[in-house]
Amino acid sequence: MVALTPISRTEPTFYVPVVAAFGAFFGVFIGTGQGNLIAGVLGGAILMGALAFILTKLIKNEKAARWGLTLLIALGGFALAGIPGLLIGIFFGWFFGFLTFWLYEGRYRAKIPPYLTPGQVLWHFTFRVICGAIFVFLITPILVVMPLSFNAENFFTFTPEMLRFDPAGYSLKHYRDFFTNADWQNAMWNSLKIAPVATLLSVSFGTLAAIGLSQPHVPFRRAIMAILISPMIVPLIISAAGMYFFYSRIGLQGTYVGVVLAHAALGIPFVIITVTATLVGFDRSLTRAAANMGANPVTTFFRVQMPLILPGVISGGLFAFITSFDEVVVVLFVGSSGQKTLPWQMFIGLREQISPTILAVATILVGISICLLTVVELLRRRSERLRGMSPS
Amino acid sequence: MNLTKTLMTSTALTVAASMSFAESHMANEMTIVSWGGAYSNSQQKAYHDPYMEKTGVKIINDESSNEAVAKLRAMNEAGNVTWDVVDVVAADALRLCDEGLAMEIDPDEMLADGDDGSKASDDFGDLLVGDCFIPQIVYSTTVGYRTDLVGDKAPTDICALFDLEAYPGKRSLEKRPINNMEWALLCDGVAKDEVYDVLETAEGQQQALDKLATIKDNVVWWSAGADTPQLLADGEVIMGSTYNGRLFSLIEEQNQPVAMLWDAQVFDLDGWIIPTGLTDERKARALDYIMFATDTKRLADQAKYIAYGPARKSSAPLVDKHAELGIDMAPHMPTDPENAKNTFLYNYEFWADYRDDIDAKFQAWLVQ
Repeated sequence: MVALTPISRTEPTFYVPVVAAFGAFFGVFIGTGQGNLIAGVLGGAILMGALAFILTKLIKNEKAARWGLTLLIALGGFALAGIPGLLIGIFFGWFFGFLTFWLYEGRYRAKIPPYLTPGQVLWHFTFRVICGAIFVFLITPILVVMPLSFNAENFFTFTPEMLRFDPAGYSLKHYRDFFTNADWQNAMWNSLKIAPVATLLSVSFGTLAAIGLSQPHVPFRRAIMAILISPMIVPLIISAAGMYFFYSRIGLQGTYVGVVLAHAALGIPFVIITVTATLVGFDRSLTRAAANMGANPVTTFFRVQMPLILPGVISGGLFAFITSFDEVVVVLFVGSSGQKTLPWQMFIGLREQISPTILAVATILVGISICLLTVVELLRRRSERLRGMSPS
Repeated sequence: MNLTKTLMTSTALTVAASMSFAESHMANEMTIVSWGGAYSNSQQKAYHDPYMEKTGVKIINDESSNEAVAKLRAMNEAGNVTWDVVDVVAADALRLCDEGLAMEIDPDEMLADGDDGSKASDDFGDLLVGDCFIPQIVYSTTVGYRTDLVGDKAPTDICALFDLEAYPGKRSLEKRPINNMEWALLCDGVAKDEVYDVLETAEGQQQALDKLATIKDNVVWWSAGADTPQLLADGEVIMGSTYNGRLFSLIEEQNQPVAMLWDAQVFDLDGWIIPTGLTDERKARALDYIMFATDTKRLADQAKYIAYGPARKSSAPLVDKHAELGIDMAPHMPTDPENAKNTFLYNYEFWADYRDDIDAKFQAWLVQ
């Protein structure tokens, strides 16, 4: 992005208090860590404010000033808390160096339109900070799990060795446990047997339903659509209890087929929604053209329609797969211990034995989910490209 | 077009594969329900593995003992009992028996005689509570503490839980009245044999809650057996109640700086029930398993893997060393005379009668 507004250096009365405010904020953490909140806040504010003034007024060279600050705070962190303190210190130093000169040189103003009032400028950045905070709030619980899964202890605890970055505090033993323990392996195979078949059923039925429901002449389209999508809206525990009693009566409870069918029912709404969305951009004159050239409906479907809506089908299928792979409530009701899936095993593991193997599995599952979602995103882009080329 | 073909082929393959998976081998297998974790592990090694080897029956583990009562009710209602043998605590066995969800047992008929020739009913003795319960182990709920966080004077009796002056810090207690109410009264000056008499009265219940209220702000309430060990390992609490087997594993197997009290620990029983509503074939299999798994030798074997005492008198002399650590298990058993000097006997009848009432009061008190 190019600069929109000419910038000029700002007054110390502006940037010193702002930097001091950030210093006070970080001082909260260090203060509570050392057992004295007020001293942390005041100390952080005064220290960072003073440093900002010294850096900008006495050391004129920005590069030297920022490196110096980073080094100084890193050493301070090292003195307080060893190697972890050093790493945090480097980050703090880098951040405050950046912040000080960003404000001092007026760079913060460069990329936003010149007509904004100071209040609007403030809101512009506050908004970004809020978004960042929400992001941190969403992602931290997932990230915290990952280092813990390399714990050498059998508890969910950051041991002193781990915090010192001592290699002895880390181990792969929980991953080894996952890959060698018969219970976990069994659960993984069950998940791998159930999810693909459930996905396949969801995709076949969901796609057919979506195509059917997108025909304008089908009666009660909205009502049928609402019923098919209901598994997504009805609380899972209600579907699960209902399925339990129904499947028990017809002899499907506790069987592999029962779990597959239950998961397929949960996956169908995802497929219907994604495929319906793709069909919105599908040009119906293509099917008429194919029919005109003598292709029967089945050929038309596989040769014309399917390739064009394939991205929607596949992303729906991936959602259905993840639903089945992550699902615990329905399988607890509909399955029996012979169909124990990974989430089920994690659930009982958490309740009975708090073992970091669960964290290792969680880390692996997060990895799988990220891969699958990346695939969905790539497909979405491909579909957008294709749609751009299609005659509509 | 290639894409479509690939898709079709993979579809066909998946369907074919699923068909072969779907073929179930219901014929010769049984589902045994237990608590999971180290406890299930000890049963796997002491009972399931030798039994599978001996008979060729495939045993499937289900870790649902926690909600066994609710699930058995639902299964009964749905007319589809999928469990063959269920491990429950004695109190749950009594409830299931009363509701007709567990089969009645004739000990001398259905259980093996002891190695010393005694009849099963004598060998298990008082532990055969109710008509459906087949005792397996004796465990106790007791208190563990962090040796490095309780100061110079290590706690020696249960009232350390209520002594905030000598032992400031958080403690963890189970989120239910059982055990907590008894301990509160004991530490409020009530004599051991009068605890349940006092607890029968509304004033007595209030007295127990008032005593608990003195530490309420410092209590972390737990509901899963794994919670207190985790909290102790984290140093989040300085002491907490849990099962003695969990503390044994925390101290001896995980080498955490934790020690345990053997004072006013609450004795309880855990064992098997066979659900009603099984077909004759499955019932015969379940009884055969029970006969095997509760004989003198198997019960003693289980103690090699976990610190719970065998329920048969004839098993006690056979208790051996820990299978991996090689330490003598007898001194870690709740049944060891040294540990059982000041035990507290859990009163089943009292709790069967008063549980709902006191539960409601306790939960209301919790949210105050």
